[in-house]
Amino acid sequence: MGKSINIICGHYGSGKTNFSLNLALRKKREGKTVDIVDLDIVNPYFRTADYKNFLVDNGIRVISPASAGTTLDAPALTSEIYSVFDDVDGYTVIDVGGDDVGASALGRFSKLIKALPEPYEMIFVINKFRSMISEPEDAIEIMREIEAASRLSVTGIVNNSHLATITTAEDILGSLDYAKATAQLAGLPLLATTAPANLASELEGRVENLLPVEVIVKLPWN
Amino acid sequence: MVFFMAERVLMKGNEALAEAAIRAGCRNFFGYPITPQTELAAYMAKRMPKIGGTYLQAESEIAAINMVLGAASAGVRAMTSSSSPGVSLKTEGISYMAGSDLPALIINVQRGGPGLGGIQPSQSDYWQATRAPGHGDLHVLVFAPSSVQEMVDLVSKAYDLADNYRMPAMILADGMLGQMMEPVVLSDESDKPLPKKEWAACGHNNERKHNIINSLYLTASELERLVKERFERYKVIEEKEPMFENYCTDDAEYIVVAYGATSRIAKAAVKEARSEGIKVGLVRPITLWPFPKKAMAAAAENAKAFLCVEMSMGQMIDDVKLAINCKCPVGFFGHTGGVIPTPAEVLEEIKKMAKA
Repeated sequence: MGKSINIICGHYGSGKTNFSLNLALRKKREGKTVDIVDLDIVNPYFRTADYKNFLVDNGIRVISPASAGTTLDAPALTSEIYSVFDDVDGYTVIDVGGDDVGASALGRFSKLIKALPEPYEMIFVINKFRSMISEPEDAIEIMREIEAASRLSVTGIVNNSHLATITTAEDILGSLDYAKATAQLAGLPLLATTAPANLASELEGRVENLLPVEVIVKLPWN
Repeated sequence: MVFFMAERVLMKGNEALAEAAIRAGCRNFFGYPITPQTELAAYMAKRMPKIGGTYLQAESEIAAINMVLGAASAGVRAMTSSSSPGVSLKTEGISYMAGSDLPALIINVQRGGPGLGGIQPSQSDYWQATRAPGHGDLHVLVFAPSSVQEMVDLVSKAYDLADNYRMPAMILADGMLGQMMEPVVLSDESDKPLPKKEWAACGHNNERKHNIINSLYLTASELERLVKERFERYKVIEEKEPMFENYCTDDAEYIVVAYGATSRIAKAAVKEARSEGIKVGLVRPITLWPFPKKAMAAAAENAKAFLCVEMSMGQMIDDVKLAINCKCPVGFFGHTGGVIPTPAEVLEEIKKMAKA
């Protein structure tokens, strides 16, 4: 079993970080060695690095920019990121910053990623309730911009449609057509539709490839 | 992009402010990037060209606010946004607009200060917004939303009041509100007619006398007359326009005062304290100027103590003390520099206040 890499990209606020954290935890529970790379040099708030202690407690290695979680507004990456490409096995999640702006940081690693023995998976996370990507055409436009900036190709789509704390099962069911249409337009597989764990039983059997997720990214008062 | 109407969407505070301004009729945005408000400008950059509006990234914050002054002079709804250090640079232009009786909307998504400070959320520009948003005898309307939905609602309100009273308005948000995502419903205001501005300098076509937009008055008595006239308007505003929210105040013996993102934290703490039997309530100012003095005084009638919770060193305390005429002690709990108070910490302070 060789090294495997999941790259998580998408529009701002589509839920990339929460999805990345869930993937990392899931793989860890399967007994894998897991690294998570916070590649977001755009957004100083609500990011993977904010959950460093939680992840470390769960046995996951976190690689984040030196500036993350500080008041330093310096978009610089750490050389530690290169270590994930030297690993011969294990599993790495790369949580990319939003849009093409965030994905440009990924571009500098594109050659290394393409040179890995196992093909990479690049997942484009979508959320129907995000105003700028609420139509499949708009989502695809942003996906193409991300691909151009990262010099990598998206390999699958995850439907992470949600309305934060007030998400209902109906909301998720109502996003399925959008997700299918987006995947079709992209010519890519719809890998999964996520749902907060508490809605999973309600949606069981009604959603193809349902992926229950824990809501980890929260506001301080929730 | 399809224009959704009365449909729930998930938006970042900064984006919601931008979209709300567009829906309120703003077609002229002038800005300069600064964390943590940059998404607002980025959103405007994407949207404005699609709707025939103007997005302009100026060479500096000072240039941007003066472009707002120019656009407002022509009678259109204009807007600029920044974060604390950038707003300091804008204060000259804000004063010129107040002195020229120009309505416009200024957004401050506050970060830690003073100086360059940090990029994490803060409320340490309260004094600047309510006391000295520029030089001279002046006020600006100051709105303090506490949710993404309220950011949307208050943008429209701020434009209406700014036009009505012919003065600049400010949305005083913070990095937390600007960056966080919440579901919002955006209303369609495209049919709402914008107020006529007879005073605007937008070309007289030889049909009327020319209008002059100016803040320079070299005759002392003339300047005094104009300032006094403005302060008569401020009196009306102080009487008519204060906004606030009361939460669990009816039988409250202890009152927490907090605004913006901090009020969400304080509310969570008040809720928890109530479940433990402490008679505590929250008064949340929604307008910081005009300050909701009557609401504070009413809450003070049966209160034993007040507690101000802020992301600053306690800039609102004096306003609370004045509003309640120092009827009972006003304590303070807060963090500054970008540190966010937790509900548990506020609960601890409420317990201390109730024991004292």
